[in-house]
Amino acid sequence: MLEHYLSLFIKSIFIENMALAFFLGMCTFLAVSKKVETAVGLGLAVVVVQAITMPVNNLLYRFVIADGALAWAGMPDVDLSFLGLITYIGVIAAMVQILEMALDKFMPKLYHALGIFLPLITVNCAILGGSLFMVERNYNFPESVVFGIGSGAGFALAIIALSGIREKMKYSNVPKGLRGLGITFITVGLMAIAFMLFSGIQL
Amino acid sequence: MSKMKKILTTPIFNENPIAFQILGICSALAVTSKLETSIVMSLAVTFVLAFSNLSVSLIRKHIPSSIRIIVEMTIIASLVIIADQIIKAFAYNISKQLSVYVGLIITNCIIMGRAEAFALKNPPLASFIDGIGNGLGYTVILLTVGFFRELVGSGKLLGFQVLPIYTEGGWYVPNGLFLLPPSAFFLIGLIVWALRTWKPEQVQED
Repeated sequence: MLEHYLSLFIKSIFIENMALAFFLGMCTFLAVSKKVETAVGLGLAVVVVQAITMPVNNLLYRFVIADGALAWAGMPDVDLSFLGLITYIGVIAAMVQILEMALDKFMPKLYHALGIFLPLITVNCAILGGSLFMVERNYNFPESVVFGIGSGAGFALAIIALSGIREKMKYSNVPKGLRGLGITFITVGLMAIAFMLFSGIQL
Repeated sequence: MSKMKKILTTPIFNENPIAFQILGICSALAVTSKLETSIVMSLAVTFVLAFSNLSVSLIRKHIPSSIRIIVEMTIIASLVIIADQIIKAFAYNISKQLSVYVGLIITNCIIMGRAEAFALKNPPLASFIDGIGNGLGYTVILLTVGFFRELVGSGKLLGFQVLPIYTEGGWYVPNGLFLLPPSAFFLIGLIVWALRTWKPEQVQED
């Protein structure tokens, strides 16, 4: 049983990396990867938010939204699955807000380190995408916890690696039109190819 | 009238949402391995963008600024649900291929970005046109990438064999790299390069 979760964890970090295999959270991925320091902050925030919202959305899906999920309330014919999207994004926005207040109160140091990135995470597609994948693949509750932490860690790993490369790239002579966005795209493409090496690994 | 025309055309090349504003990239990369999915995705995004801009602009004087993000989110999410249901009803196979990416239009930063940057400050008609213009800019990039990926990757366009493949007696050897996701990065990188060589004022010093 443990093996199954471990395998899912490794898979969600390396093989199905949110950023480099599914291209989720690209806007933040490209915009916030100029410095390693900020990338670490954002990566941390994503892991935390992902680890909280995914299980919450999982419970909501299984007990409220899915077809026939309201059977425990005596309404087995109700299908609310069309409300899925709006529910998940609501949960994410609310969770980010709560997390922000909690961090401000109990861990002000971390709160200041994360700064603007915390609210930005609401519109990070990696978070919503994670929840949608979780629903599509029908994960149960413990699986959703593992997948949440794993996919967050995968995103963090990718953005920290990219920011490292971009810091080094300052010293290289890039053609004028490619500077900034263009070369970043091509770098990410090469990184994505590198990550494809992991595909097909079975644990 | 010329002002409206300007609002419509600037986002296509001069301030392209993907290549210049760096918005809405996730979906641009993931759905472009075929021309067909690119077209459906572009239509869905343009629809949501135009109507979310219109609705946000209509109520812009009544939204308290502290809760505006959540109001915008709700509008966008409702529109995306409509688009999702329409695609599921009329193009079920494509909706399977697009998988979660239709839902992800909600967090597509183009929509949120235009609502914040344009619709909150401008009258409804201009906002609607700005939505269409940005949708077109997005479409241009998506179609270009989708066109090259499908043509080079499998020798097809819209599912029809254009270049005869060698396994079926033709001469064309498909380049499998273009079916893989990383190729989208290279293509967009090259498009950005081409666009900035054409319009040097977009070059950033980094």
